[in-house]
Amino acid sequence: MDLLWAGLREALRLLATGDPEVVTILLLSLQVSGLATLISLIVGVPAGAALALMRFPGRTLVVSAVNAGMGLPPVVVGLFVTLLLWRSGPLGAWEILYTPAAIVVAQALIAAPIVMGITLAAVQNVPEKFRLQLLGLGASRLQMVHVVLREARLPMLAAVMAGFGGIISEIGASMMVGGNIKGQTRTLTTAMVLETGKGNFEIAIALSLLLLVLVFGVNWALTAVQQRRVW
Amino acid sequence: MPPMARIALALLVSVISWASAGAQTPASNVVLSTTTSTQDSGLLDVLVPLFEKQSGLTVKPVSVGTGQALALAARGEADVVLVHAPSLEKKYVADGKLLNRRLVMYNDFIIVGPEADPAKIRGEPRAAAALAKIAAAGARFVSRGDKSGTHILEQALWKEAGVTPAAPWYIESGQGMGATLGIADDRRAYTLTDRGTYLAFSKRMALKTLVEGDKALFNVYSVMEVNPANGARVNAAGGKAFADFMLAPATQAVIKTFGVEKFGQPLFVPIAGKKDEDL
Repeated sequence: MDLLWAGLREALRLLATGDPEVVTILLLSLQVSGLATLISLIVGVPAGAALALMRFPGRTLVVSAVNAGMGLPPVVVGLFVTLLLWRSGPLGAWEILYTPAAIVVAQALIAAPIVMGITLAAVQNVPEKFRLQLLGLGASRLQMVHVVLREARLPMLAAVMAGFGGIISEIGASMMVGGNIKGQTRTLTTAMVLETGKGNFEIAIALSLLLLVLVFGVNWALTAVQQRRVW
Repeated sequence: MPPMARIALALLVSVISWASAGAQTPASNVVLSTTTSTQDSGLLDVLVPLFEKQSGLTVKPVSVGTGQALALAARGEADVVLVHAPSLEKKYVADGKLLNRRLVMYNDFIIVGPEADPAKIRGEPRAAAALAKIAAAGARFVSRGDKSGTHILEQALWKEAGVTPAAPWYIESGQGMGATLGIADDRRAYTLTDRGTYLAFSKRMALKTLVEGDKALFNVYSVMEVNPANGARVNAAGGKAFADFMLAPATQAVIKTFGVEKFGQPLFVPIAGKKDEDL
């Protein structure tokens, strides 16, 4: 119990004093996972919407693959991204292994199927009759998709929350492709593993509290938007 | 373009330029392949900024098990190696994968175990003899089991003791030193650990130091440069600069006093210029 209280005190102290190392780690985690979420939205929303509206042979197989991809193990993504980005790998010339960019790539790959899957479900929930009606009223196909996406925008906020929540708390890929380098690629989760390994449990607890507050804060903001239906 | 999309685009452009800012010209990056113990002890956090300031280069320390650290270097994925498994290192040097092996520092391993000491090893001068007693008593022993430098030494000691350790008394954690100590403490088992990690954890554990001082328990760290022939992108000059830095008198002075403030005793003994035979 004493350790938990010590962790809580340490967390408050680190936050109150604006400890530069913790601030760097916090900002990096936010930037990396924020950018990765953004990329996964740019890729996942159109892909998920297209998959929801299109009918083609083998579609069930593709939808199953997307749904399975929602549970893609981060450590598997980490391993394959590492192999691709190795100096001797096919993308070695980019020289981005052990940089924040590499973590962004891996996390975007983890979040994209989540965003795709939730978008797919959200768009499919818009009744088909509504879509047909729009087309019947003379909307072009693009206009129809636009209106359907507007209808589905609230459930799609869940996609943002699930995607961001999944990757900010992910550890396997960040560790492998980032390397947990101090001041460069050390994120909240990799720092937590390191501090636990060092025996600095107070700092590890402090970091985990920060992570929980961060995840809660982001979800709270998005939920507020979703529930108030402001847009 | 709707305002939301415009904001998103601006955000994307700014963050991409930020993310790619990390990727400098290759020649200014040095990838250091090293073991978890150098990072967990906090030594790298002190030495790396010093080197970066002196050389203007950026170091990317990748801390993995010794086995992986050497394998990465042999593939040309790193520029310089700092590890602690002399027998394995010599193999890589003999194969021409790594060059110019130089001793940097040592610390020592200890065998820790429960206060009750069921195998009666307390004060045993020879580490291998202590392991033989543990095996004979069937007392629990937690192994790293991860091809780390610590694990490789442990395997050599079992061989010397003439024992093939096996379940149920032999437990393989597959984790780092800190986690392994935690398991040993929980199971009231023996384990082999480096002194630095043990000191960092000792205040939270009931494990006691039972065997120490055997020469076989010396943990020697060497630095080696990666042969540029291992891969087209090896930064040989940067790797050599870091290796030279580790042996410079000023760096060795920092190593000598590292840990005193936190643990009341230094964690490493600098030995630049010494040979294996001198120890």
